[in-house]
Amino acid sequence: MIKFKLRLLFLPFLLLISFKPLQSAEMVDPIKVDWSFKGLTGTFDRASLQRGFQVYKEVCASCHSMQYLSYRNLGEPGGPEFSEQEVKAIAASFEIEDGPDSQGEMFTRPGRPSDKFKSPYPNVQAATAANGGAYPPDMSVLVKARKGGANYIYSVLVGYEDPPQGVNLDDGVYYNKYMVGNKIKMPNNLIDGLVEYADGTESTVDQMAKDVTTFLAWAAEPELEERHKTGVKVIIYLVLLTLLVYLSMKKIWSRVDTEV
Amino acid sequence: MSEQEYVPKSKAAKWFNDRLPLLTLGAHLTDYPTPKNLNYWWTFGGILTFCLITQIVTGIVLAMHYVAHADLAFASVEHIMRDVNYGWLIRYIHSNGASMFFLAVYIHIFRSLFYGSYKSPREIIWIIGLMIYLLMMAAAFMGYVLPWGQMSFWGATVITNLFSAIPLVGDSITTWLWGAYSVDNPTLNRFFSLHYLIPFLILGLVVLHIWALHIPGNNNPVGIDIKKPSKDTVPFHPYITIKDAFALLVFMIIFAGFVFFTPNVLGHSDNYIPANPLVTPAHIVPEWYLLPFYAILRSVPDKLGGVILMFSAIFILFVLPWLDTSKVRSAVFRPIYRQFFWILVIDVLMLGYVGAMPAEGIYLVLARVGTIYYFLHFIVVMPVVGYLEKTDPIPMSISEPVLSGGAEPSIARKVNDKV
Repeated sequence: MIKFKLRLLFLPFLLLISFKPLQSAEMVDPIKVDWSFKGLTGTFDRASLQRGFQVYKEVCASCHSMQYLSYRNLGEPGGPEFSEQEVKAIAASFEIEDGPDSQGEMFTRPGRPSDKFKSPYPNVQAATAANGGAYPPDMSVLVKARKGGANYIYSVLVGYEDPPQGVNLDDGVYYNKYMVGNKIKMPNNLIDGLVEYADGTESTVDQMAKDVTTFLAWAAEPELEERHKTGVKVIIYLVLLTLLVYLSMKKIWSRVDTEV
Repeated sequence: MSEQEYVPKSKAAKWFNDRLPLLTLGAHLTDYPTPKNLNYWWTFGGILTFCLITQIVTGIVLAMHYVAHADLAFASVEHIMRDVNYGWLIRYIHSNGASMFFLAVYIHIFRSLFYGSYKSPREIIWIIGLMIYLLMMAAAFMGYVLPWGQMSFWGATVITNLFSAIPLVGDSITTWLWGAYSVDNPTLNRFFSLHYLIPFLILGLVVLHIWALHIPGNNNPVGIDIKKPSKDTVPFHPYITIKDAFALLVFMIIFAGFVFFTPNVLGHSDNYIPANPLVTPAHIVPEWYLLPFYAILRSVPDKLGGVILMFSAIFILFVLPWLDTSKVRSAVFRPIYRQFFWILVIDVLMLGYVGAMPAEGIYLVLARVGTIYYFLHFIVVMPVVGYLEKTDPIPMSISEPVLSGGAEPSIARKVNDKV
């Protein structure tokens, strides 16, 4: 009886969740990748995160900002986990504008781990103007901001194709199988061997796309590993407590001639 | 209120209690005679109290770090997610907590509909409950605006624009609500202020809701009046507290599942794109818990008509106790009404579904059929079925089995008149 009642309790949830995928259906389903960070206990592949950061730094960062991340995040647990020296070196490789100093002048200095990622353009308008009228979106939460998440980002990166017959593209517009509306202003930037991975991994387009997507997934959800770990503990704790309370309830209600 | 006069044991406690009878209140709440046959659908009152407290506590902490400014709001939310200790946890509890709150309140409302808890003598409890529900929707809507993402901005634009449908003064009212000529920084500021205020109004109404409940006492699955205290009742503590605790824990497991493993599944991905007044999203959808009303709104081709119908869908519930003509409370003994109840549940779920779909083709047809049925249920089905239906035999008390032979509604009336 209790089992049945509990099942009834879950019913609204199932209905609620099953609504979701039906909301829009106008784009090609993204490629499903078996990400290491999927699932209840998923974690990031540390090496992939470090490689992904390299792809971001050498390719994406020339147009895309990542303004909500700080260099120190690169060394924090659950992320790429660069060593303290590496983080300092990465930060110092950027010239950051600071100030005003005591004379009221702005000045530049080498970056520190506490600095935010340096943006390639001073503002949105400059970024838009420099990219043919399309703003390259900030990538801090990009994976959370797109339906399909990491799968979608990866699919777009590998989804460049020649346009089908009859589709005419303007200058500076490219055809992408997975992009909403199939038209994208970002050119296909990934070619085999584009970056030279420090760990010797072969930099195929697919490898780079996977690595940078992993990096972006972490950037969007830097708490993911801690969230999963804490979640498992919380659920185990709650289930045990529920069991104890259930037994107590049975005992207390055994004094009454009514079933609970 | 008082079953037995409560006398504190110690002298100091008596001194205090004579001046402010908090201990008497505590004793009343502990001993409060509760029907012993309450099922798990009755545990949602406690669950809802938990939801409200959770939202208030997490909300106060979030407000310590959030900045209500159009240029800074989005960044401050990211600051909470990244730099505030356990900020991600607090925010995910708060945002998923809103959904859990509504899930619980819908179960609570439909429980009331099934067992006739809104009927005499509990009309005031029902009406206060509806006022809480209205405030919840206002608070949730304004809360969704605060992160200042694309859905925040465009949701706010769509909903506030509804007021422009009011003849003559509509546009002035909308401008007044915005504090500007479009949804802008002043709108965000006042929404934050009101979002912080409303939960405390809800808290006050919850006190009245419970106070009003403690006058007649709980309804129960059988729906008959019972003598209190009697062999049909148990003291609230420990019987109901332990049962509520068990149900709350099960609820918390589901809640935690959302928070820790799919924290964004109930939200819209567009809300992680900063608000941009120049770019309209392809589909503007409200949060899931407002979808049935959104479907009703869009089912009418005329804007003013849609707004009137949408508000009527809520306000019709206020007169429900007087639309229902049945002498029997619980649908357990109402074979005809019981079926209509489930049709209403399906109807509302369907309205929610089409509310998430584009308003065209089959979805528009379904929305219209669903809307018409929704109103028919309350305006026609409830009064007519209540009048014509031959109800099943009703037990004299919770402990006794059902009367042998068919009972007429007149017997039910006699039972109801007894206390």
